[in-house]
Amino acid sequence: MKYLYYPGCSLKSTGRAYEESALAVTEALGMRMDELEDWNCCGATNYMSISELKSFALSGRNLSLANRQANNTESVSLVAPCAACYLGLTKAKRYIEEYPEIRSKVDGALNAAGLEYRDHVRVRHLLDVLVNDFDQRSITERVKVKLAGMKVACYYGCQIVRPYSEFDDQHNPTSMERLFKSLGMDVVDWPLKTRCCGGTLTGTVSEVGQRLSYILLREATRRGANVIVTACPLCQFNLECYQSEMSKRFNDSVHIPVTYFTQLMGLALGIPRKKLGLHRLFVPIPDGVESPAAGGAHVLA
Amino acid sequence: MSDKNVAGSDFEPRIVAFFCNWCTYTAADLAGTARMVYAPNARVVRIMCSGRLDPQFVLAALRKGADGVLIGGCHPGDCHYQEGNYKALRRFTLLKTLLAAMGIEEERVRLEWIAASEGDKVQRVINEMTEQVRKLGPLRLEQIHQIEGSHHSAAQVGKHAVMEGAV
Amino acid sequence: MSSLDNKHNGSARVGVYICHCGINIAGKVHIQDVVDIAKKLPGVTVAKEYKFMCSDPGQEIIQEDIKKGLIDRVVVASCSPLMHEPTFRGAMAKADGNPFMFQMANIREHVSWVTKDKGLATDKSKALVAAAVARVMFHQPLTKTQVPVNPNVLIVGGGIAGIHAALTMANAGKKVYLVEREPTIGGHMAKFDKTFPTLDCSACILTPKMSAVRAHPNITLWTYSDVVGVDGFVGNFKIKVKLRPRYVIEEECVGCLECIEACIFKHGKFKDEFNVGLAKRKPIYVPFPQATPLVAVIDPETCAYFRAKCKKPCADVCEKKAIDFNQKEEIVEVDVGSIILATGFKTFDASRVARYGYGKYPNVYTSLEVERLVNAAGPTGGEVVLANGKKPKSVAIIHCVGSRDANSNKYCSKVCCMYSLKLAHLVKERTEADVYNFYIDMRTPGKGYEEFYERLLLEGINFIRGRVAEVTDWAMTPDEEEKLVIRAEDTLVGKVRRIPVDMVVLAVGMEAQPDADDVRRMFNISCSHEGWFLERHPKLAPVSTLTDGVFLAGACQGPKDIPDSVAQAGAAAAEALALIDIGHVELEPNTAFVRDEFCSGCRTCMNICPFSAIAIDTEKDTAVVNGALCKGCGTCVAACPSGALQQNLFTDEQIFHEIEGVMNYV
Repeated sequence: MKYLYYPGCSLKSTGRAYEESALAVTEALGMRMDELEDWNCCGATNYMSISELKSFALSGRNLSLANRQANNTESVSLVAPCAACYLGLTKAKRYIEEYPEIRSKVDGALNAAGLEYRDHVRVRHLLDVLVNDFDQRSITERVKVKLAGMKVACYYGCQIVRPYSEFDDQHNPTSMERLFKSLGMDVVDWPLKTRCCGGTLTGTVSEVGQRLSYILLREATRRGANVIVTACPLCQFNLECYQSEMSKRFNDSVHIPVTYFTQLMGLALGIPRKKLGLHRLFVPIPDGVESPAAGGAHVLA
Repeated sequence: MSDKNVAGSDFEPRIVAFFCNWCTYTAADLAGTARMVYAPNARVVRIMCSGRLDPQFVLAALRKGADGVLIGGCHPGDCHYQEGNYKALRRFTLLKTLLAAMGIEEERVRLEWIAASEGDKVQRVINEMTEQVRKLGPLRLEQIHQIEGSHHSAAQVGKHAVMEGAV
Repeated sequence: MSSLDNKHNGSARVGVYICHCGINIAGKVHIQDVVDIAKKLPGVTVAKEYKFMCSDPGQEIIQEDIKKGLIDRVVVASCSPLMHEPTFRGAMAKADGNPFMFQMANIREHVSWVTKDKGLATDKSKALVAAAVARVMFHQPLTKTQVPVNPNVLIVGGGIAGIHAALTMANAGKKVYLVEREPTIGGHMAKFDKTFPTLDCSACILTPKMSAVRAHPNITLWTYSDVVGVDGFVGNFKIKVKLRPRYVIEEECVGCLECIEACIFKHGKFKDEFNVGLAKRKPIYVPFPQATPLVAVIDPETCAYFRAKCKKPCADVCEKKAIDFNQKEEIVEVDVGSIILATGFKTFDASRVARYGYGKYPNVYTSLEVERLVNAAGPTGGEVVLANGKKPKSVAIIHCVGSRDANSNKYCSKVCCMYSLKLAHLVKERTEADVYNFYIDMRTPGKGYEEFYERLLLEGINFIRGRVAEVTDWAMTPDEEEKLVIRAEDTLVGKVRRIPVDMVVLAVGMEAQPDADDVRRMFNISCSHEGWFLERHPKLAPVSTLTDGVFLAGACQGPKDIPDSVAQAGAAAAEALALIDIGHVELEPNTAFVRDEFCSGCRTCMNICPFSAIAIDTEKDTAVVNGALCKGCGTCVAACPSGALQQNLFTDEQIFHEIEGVMNYV
């Protein structure tokens, strides 16, 4: 299986820590993941709501570039860590392949640029790759650090499992829980893991957006979580960056680190904090939670 | 025989379909009962079992002017007569090799397992097959085999070649 | 291809009759055009059209033409031969024609109902008529052979459908073999407390029927058994039944249950299947007090004797010496003429809908579990209690779990609305809890059903129209603490509601048995997409299958409540009785035959016949087909390298001419 990395805009800007940690973790696992050359916007939200066809053409270009870069091999996965990119690419692939009229229009646009659409490029979320392409025991064996007292709430948000559920249950996904158990951490039962984080409302109608985020944070804290992990740049941003504003607005003390799942994973694998972009957090993971635990012995025992 | 259409947008493929009585013919009846509209290009010849399908029937259909032949039988393990469909599959595999040797595109013949409940599959397969054969254009046997009467002998050669391998 | 150039049947006189089928065909096909073409086809002496060929006047048209000597063979272009071929063959026979000098062109199911364009539909009809005419020219007069019907019947499945069919057949004096895989008959109905809408006690109406089965001299009951082999065909099936060892001699056991008392396990320890896991049983047990037969069974998986050689106190205490640890599996073979399948259903696995929390929250139950809870003979003696033993103060019943859902089953399971009403009533009666029914649509068609719904509305049961989004333990307000919170859109109010309850009941739908596919293969029948056994015709042959002599009863054919299952069981029994009372079946004469002069004795055909119907005449060294064994698949005919083998009604020349005919008017 050949993996190509599709960063999308977020991982080069607000979600830099996601890119840093994703690349560090995949490198630590010995997984080669070249960046897609000359990639363009995935066509998510803004394009999608104004002109679906343009959005499909944008994703179509990324998919055909992936095919070209992989020399037309049958088994290539285009890995998108951003949930919106993942959904945008998946949706475009489905529509292009299921509707001949869309396909012919997208192909027309691609042909004009000397490209052609091919079916066999798989779109994968990084979580799917790390949970399903790796033997979880081998991940456990790579654990170098025991994170004492970390209780993890795994947050999926909406786009990874809806409307398509390519690798996990739509309503009760468990991939991240399985991953963090393999990493030797405690996970809390938290039924809100696919509930809305507020999405773009946080930027437009902040009262509504923040309320949605606040409901999630409060319930995670109530259930004993002391860190939330996410797989989406927007979710991470919404849940983490407004905690002090929320505290004022809802007259509560909201304070819980929200990391990318790759950041916390990297910490367990013994990757330095800085390499994982953990220094960029507004709500930091407390110093000194790490203690050495070679080869995940405490998990395997 | 009526004149064939020339290739082009008005080309209407002519397809002969051999359907087994118990699964595929019944499924075609179900498609009818459920009013599933599909391309009118296929004409069904009912046989009791896909195992009855003599490869000569396929060759005869092509010789008589069919542009494609569709064979429908019960799913593996479902044959009303235990294993006739397996025999059909073996003959079909060899028949395709033979047709290729004769210069006939293998997409012109198709074998499908269609259960009695799969009316929608009859609809889909006939539509797909019609479009596929439409793309291939008319079968021009006279151009493939210039010598008069060659189809006749080809058919007989075919029968024996297929039988030797299939029984 | 010698057969194509074979004899022309110069004296053939074909009558072609095109049916309008009201507007079913005439609305899409220019009938007169087809008649005009038919008139010009070689051999055709008569071509006519009529509104309904299958009607008496329609059949009389054919009969008169035969009697007048105008025709000696017939083509009817109408519906599918699977529908009306017997009708027209019968009409010909009555007019002293040979019924096999007949061919049907299917211009309804295969043309008018599936074609958009009238012109193209007409063209296709012409081609099919031409093909039928070209083929019927080569038909030969044939006669049907008759084989006697064995009057015994096999019934598979001892739920209410199988029980009712068995008693009907046995009361009519027929020998019945009833096979049930569980240790007792009774099926799902035995688990219920009350039945809707009358609320009569399930056990009170079922137990007498179970006892009657056990006592009936015409019924052989094999429980804890499976059918493992089916051979033969209508009238003469050979059945193999595997009797699994229950380690208790059925004839000796008197059902005193002393052995269960004596077991070294003083309390139940293992999952009690009959109580769907809500109780524990011992390794030696009877499923429930009215089990039929009331014979103990030992589960070798859990019995200590099979693992560590216990001292067998059960055997010691048994005065009848009925316990036999050396019992072995036994295979019995029986001959029957007909088979009724009544293998039932399974309930939907509620854990497949993760958002309802079944298996995660202990107070989320399936409806079948609650049936056991409300049952006086159930694990709680009829008390509806939570996992902590307390009575619930509020209960939500969620409808359509595993039904009407694109993610699981699209179909409506038909019984859930009514049983949910029943359970709502019973739960309210036992606990005085507030009961909420979350439904998509209330579906209560049936005698007294809608009235029962109205009664519940008046009893103060709450009905909320909306599919439930999720069940969680996520409390937003203090009164939601320690509760299960239902989130659902109340579509009549247009608001999302959160309702905290103590107990959630999932009204699970009905699904085909997990091994339905294996069973249907064994009995050579078909399944629908959803896995239900396929009836021969959805309206007019609802208990027959495409395999003659195999009939269906109860929920194995699709979701059904008790009255429907019993009605269908009666119908299946009646069909089987009709077959037995005629005393014989007529076999389609589509068997293979050998033309000796072309047969080289190569034995190719012998090896591929799945029915061993072909032998070699050692004197002539040619193949011979045994007509009684041949099922008429024609596989040997296709394999014969010299064309010596032919199949009646499907000879090479008939098929070649059909192909030629079909190509002529495409």
